Amino acid sequence: MASADFTARAAGPSGPGAGLRYRRTRRSTGEQVIKVLLAVAAVLSVVTTTGIVISLLNETISFFGEVGFAEFFFGTDWNPLRRGAQQSFGVLPLIWSTVYLTLIGLLIAIPLGLASAIYLSEYASPRVRRLVKPTLEVLAGIPTIVLGYFALTYVTPVVLRDLLGVEVRIFNGLSAGIVLGILVLPTIASVAEDALSAVPQSLREGAFGLGATQRQVVLRVVFPAALSGIVAALVLGASRAIGETVVILIAAGADPNLTLDLGVSHQTMAAFIAQTARGDISQGGTEFQTIFAVGTTLFVITLLVNAVAIRLVRRFRQVYD
Amino acid sequence: MTEPSEARHSDGRNEEWAREAADVSTPAAVIAEPAGRETIFDVDNVSVYYSDKRAVRDVRIKLARNEITALIGPSGCGKSTFIRCLNRMNDLIPTARVTGAIGYHGQDLYASDVDPVQVRKRIGMVFQKPNPFPKSIYDNIAFGPRVMGVKGDMDEIVETALRRGALWDEVKDRLKTNAFGMSGGQQQRLCIARSLATSPDVLLMDEPCSALDPISTGRIEDLMMELKEDYSIVIVTHNMQQAARVSDMTAFFTVELDGDTGHRTGAVVEYDQTDKIFQNPSDKRTEDYVTGKVG
Repeated sequence: MASADFTARAAGPSGPGAGLRYRRTRRSTGEQVIKVLLAVAAVLSVVTTTGIVISLLNETISFFGEVGFAEFFFGTDWNPLRRGAQQSFGVLPLIWSTVYLTLIGLLIAIPLGLASAIYLSEYASPRVRRLVKPTLEVLAGIPTIVLGYFALTYVTPVVLRDLLGVEVRIFNGLSAGIVLGILVLPTIASVAEDALSAVPQSLREGAFGLGATQRQVVLRVVFPAALSGIVAALVLGASRAIGETVVILIAAGADPNLTLDLGVSHQTMAAFIAQTARGDISQGGTEFQTIFAVGTTLFVITLLVNAVAIRLVRRFRQVYD
Repeated sequence: MTEPSEARHSDGRNEEWAREAADVSTPAAVIAEPAGRETIFDVDNVSVYYSDKRAVRDVRIKLARNEITALIGPSGCGKSTFIRCLNRMNDLIPTARVTGAIGYHGQDLYASDVDPVQVRKRIGMVFQKPNPFPKSIYDNIAFGPRVMGVKGDMDEIVETALRRGALWDEVKDRLKTNAFGMSGGQQQRLCIARSLATSPDVLLMDEPCSALDPISTGRIEDLMMELKEDYSIVIVTHNMQQAARVSDMTAFFTVELDGDTGHRTGAVVEYDQTDKIFQNPSDKRTEDYVTGKVG
């Protein structure tokens, strides 16, 4: 027998202790191949990401060779595509509109999303849940271009002007913000519902067993126990809203404005990039590099939001066995 | 539950025993009147259904005040289903339905105007697996009093409950730490103390020691003996020695197997003084179970 040979040659133990050592077999070769393939996949994704970041930074550094840091980050006038004295590179209006419209969206999506998550997880009958949960997930899959035109052709003229009688321009931040809320609502509701449903039934029983009402069980036990997942849901929603491009581009127009007024046009960072990248600007010029500078800024902001999110999620994470 | 008894359900001996059990004598014959003791639960002809399947049938027993009543029997005999009727926990399962009547101090627990929330405030429950909330030890104990809107010195309420739960000395220096950092036995005593904090009248315990080691189990049994001075306790247990050690009265449940559908229904075979159940049972099936011949 081969194994007996092997152990004998290696002067290993005989008897019951024999045959425990590593042997080179077809199985171990297969394991090696799989290990290498998986490692290649992992390296590839890291390399791709790094490549994207480097190309972003490259153009961004060139941009800052032309335009001062202070002018970019503290300037309140954004007119990079004009010529001569009217050209200005203050990015604040873009950052402001990005944050502002995201907040408007979250203002709508968070209460509605959490309320529907709580309803589905704690109050709805299994039949209603079976019906509504997939509907929510379908809603999350509506192409944003459809939502963009919904904002422009329905929300602005019908809902805002006719129904509510709000004075708004045809391109305005309000309808974009509202539709941004509709856009992230299913994401928040669905992820938060998953988090609530994952809370062990034994905790609910424990609370009911102490004479708590349904409302007390939800608010004092289930919701806090699911906090980590709920924070994750909110951040996921916020990230989507910050990066959303098409809805803003269509509904909020292309006029950067540093203002609290939602009735006028707003331009966000992502919308600016999309708007400008399709226009006829020459590659290599400062105008062209502007895209990358704004892209890097957007990237850093999203990165910060995610970093904060990860910390929050860790902090509230509760492991149930 | 992966107990040996579960695995043995399929062997021939057990099937035969289950068939035999199908003709459970009229439960009326096995009612033990708690003579001269105050009745706390008067269970009259209670059956529990999940959807249209009957899980327990025709339970008729009377439970006495300041005593420990043990519910024993093989897996699937409906002990846990039954104990959850006593504080209307089964209301939380949409498909569950209870028929018959449960008198609690003369009040029908299932009367249409009875609020299950109020019922559970008087009749506390401890579960099979320790289920502390992911909060501090202090907040776990304070939960019940807070939802009841108790005004008063919460620190004192918490200390009293923890002392009654025989946990105070172990945790008094870390009341603000998360309860998940405690050992399993401590967590279960925390859950008992948590129930006591609302000053209930009855404590229902559904296999409270099944997830614990023998030392923790011993501590909880000691605790139960102390608590019965002030509370009435109903305990479901798989551990017959435990029932014999702690309880005053014991009800033996069995499983009836429907030959046609294979559906199992639980029923009470015998209910009597614990000593009698374990030393001189009236029913052959009880004897077979407590002597370890089946189950």
